[in-house]
Amino acid sequence: MSTAEHAETNRRDFLYIATGSVAAVGAALAVWPFINQMNPDASVLALASVEVDLAPIAEGQEITIKWRGNPVFIRHRLPAEIEAAGKVAVSDLKDPLARNANLPDGDPATGANRVVGGKEQYLVMMGVCTHLGCVPIGNEGEYAVVEGNVKHGGWFCPCHGSNYDTAGRIRKGPAPENLHIPQYAYLSDTKIRIG
Amino acid sequence: MSGHASNYQPKSAFGKWFHERLPIMDMVQGQALDFPTPKNLNYFWTFGGILAVMLVIQIVTGVVLVMHYTPHVDMAFNSVEHIMRDVNSGWLLRYMHANGASMFFIAVYIHMFRGMYYGSYKAPREVLWMIGVLIYLVMMATAFMGYVLPWGQMSFWGAKVITNLFSAIPFVGDSLTTMLWGGYSVDNPTLNRFFSLHYLLPFVIAGLVVLHIWALHVVGNNNPTGVSVKSPQDTVPFSPYYTVKDAFAIVIFLMFYAAWVFFAPNYLGHAINYQEANPLVTPAHIVPEWYYLPFYAILRAIPDKLGGVIAMFGSILILFALPWLDTSKVRSGNYRPIFKQFFWLFVLNCIILGFAGSGAPDNYFLSHEAAPPDQWALTYKLVGQISTAYYFAHFLVILPLLGLLETPKPLPASISDAVLAKNHPSTVAVPAE
Repeated sequence: MSTAEHAETNRRDFLYIATGSVAAVGAALAVWPFINQMNPDASVLALASVEVDLAPIAEGQEITIKWRGNPVFIRHRLPAEIEAAGKVAVSDLKDPLARNANLPDGDPATGANRVVGGKEQYLVMMGVCTHLGCVPIGNEGEYAVVEGNVKHGGWFCPCHGSNYDTAGRIRKGPAPENLHIPQYAYLSDTKIRIG
Repeated sequence: MSGHASNYQPKSAFGKWFHERLPIMDMVQGQALDFPTPKNLNYFWTFGGILAVMLVIQIVTGVVLVMHYTPHVDMAFNSVEHIMRDVNSGWLLRYMHANGASMFFIAVYIHMFRGMYYGSYKAPREVLWMIGVLIYLVMMATAFMGYVLPWGQMSFWGAKVITNLFSAIPFVGDSLTTMLWGGYSVDNPTLNRFFSLHYLLPFVIAGLVVLHIWALHVVGNNNPTGVSVKSPQDTVPFSPYYTVKDAFAIVIFLMFYAAWVFFAPNYLGHAINYQEANPLVTPAHIVPEWYYLPFYAILRAIPDKLGGVIAMFGSILILFALPWLDTSKVRSGNYRPIFKQFFWLFVLNCIILGFAGSGAPDNYFLSHEAAPPDQWALTYKLVGQISTAYYFAHFLVILPLLGLLETPKPLPASISDAVLAKNHPSTVAVPAE
């Protein structure tokens, strides 16, 4: 097409392009509800918090509760587990970030940063392996505290072999991040609300 | 459709009236009955027809299973048991559907390897091949979502692991996964949408199959010599020659299928899927269905999460580039002595990948015994890594180089020449012995 012809059809071209653009924007807007319907709905969001009494959990015991369809591990840790977790240098960790929803994003994964309010005896975290979402097995793996032939703390994911230490931090295997710590707060000394 | 003009002549007055309004019988005659087809196709060419039959069987059994199934996390598992125990012939329909999926994949793998051996992806059949790869991708998605519907332990954890693959995508991964799930875990919204899509996608496949056959009928069939059709003497009409040959192969294949349905209906599945899904407990060992195992091995071979996901999807997407990665002008492996050996090595490697995907990563290969950590051992993971490297090397190194380095055998002048040379090696009469 020559420039002369092009100049002649300029106005029409503009109208075609303008009309086409409006149609494209309209189509994109119309698509949005069809995509957005896939996001979590109001009834799923409404189930977003749960309260747990920690008093009945004995030292060395772990319970699993269900929150937002996922398991949450609540472990009353032994002093040896807390000590083992505290001794590790952050530079030795595969994932140096705390992954604690109650702390700023960049905080380091020290033992103290893996819990809330300095209560290091209670470890509360998502029981969801950060690799592909399996539930790790407790008191297992290469980073548990070993007493005789009993393992305390530490998690091992059966799916692809990720090992987590006594603070739920990834130490070995394909998982990229420490086990996530959900948002939770102490309502009293031994009662928490998750979410 | 193009490629062949029909000489359909309506015989009745109604036929003529109809033909002037919708010339569909014209198309049937031209494309299905009279379509000129190379006269030397072997039984590997019957798998297209077998696949069409399997698609129909899956759709028909699926539609009736839906009449008894409930897509809800509280009821899905029980409704499948209800199908097995209460519904008239429900066990048969479900076993046909579940084993039908495996048969579908067996047939599609033979069909794909056939295309790879005889160079059916080469010019002018690139688009035909690529539509085929697309069909295979949609098939995989369909089968995956179908496996989630019985809501057993393997359904649930398979769904969780596979959807979690998307969380490896940088930045948007987590929100994308939440969107796929419709929640914070695989749950009722996930089951519902998988059900919806599992019902939809087979019809998408049917649409793609129409395009696949259309593309086939534009360029015509490849054949075991890989030599293009040169004259009408090289072909026979599709019907009755290949309708009968296909029908015979279909019957044999259906016998094979029926043997599974009636004598080993659960052999290809996992016993733990008869345990209802439990979001709080992961089974000790998660494996996908057999037809995904090679890709699962590739996923696990890469120690990095995103890297594993890229390798797994890459292993399928690389098939789209196959027509350009194979640099040889000769189509058929029959005339490529070195390629032929590498082809069979590739097939063997795919089978090894399948085994590598079937066991716990840190166990000794083909054993249930755990290998000692931090010390060299031939584990499932190591075998998977070697085989993954070979898989990609086949496409990215071996095929491009072979085309340049290999000296092919002389090609026959035509399909007819090849057929005559095979059946009458010499025109001189050989005395009886």
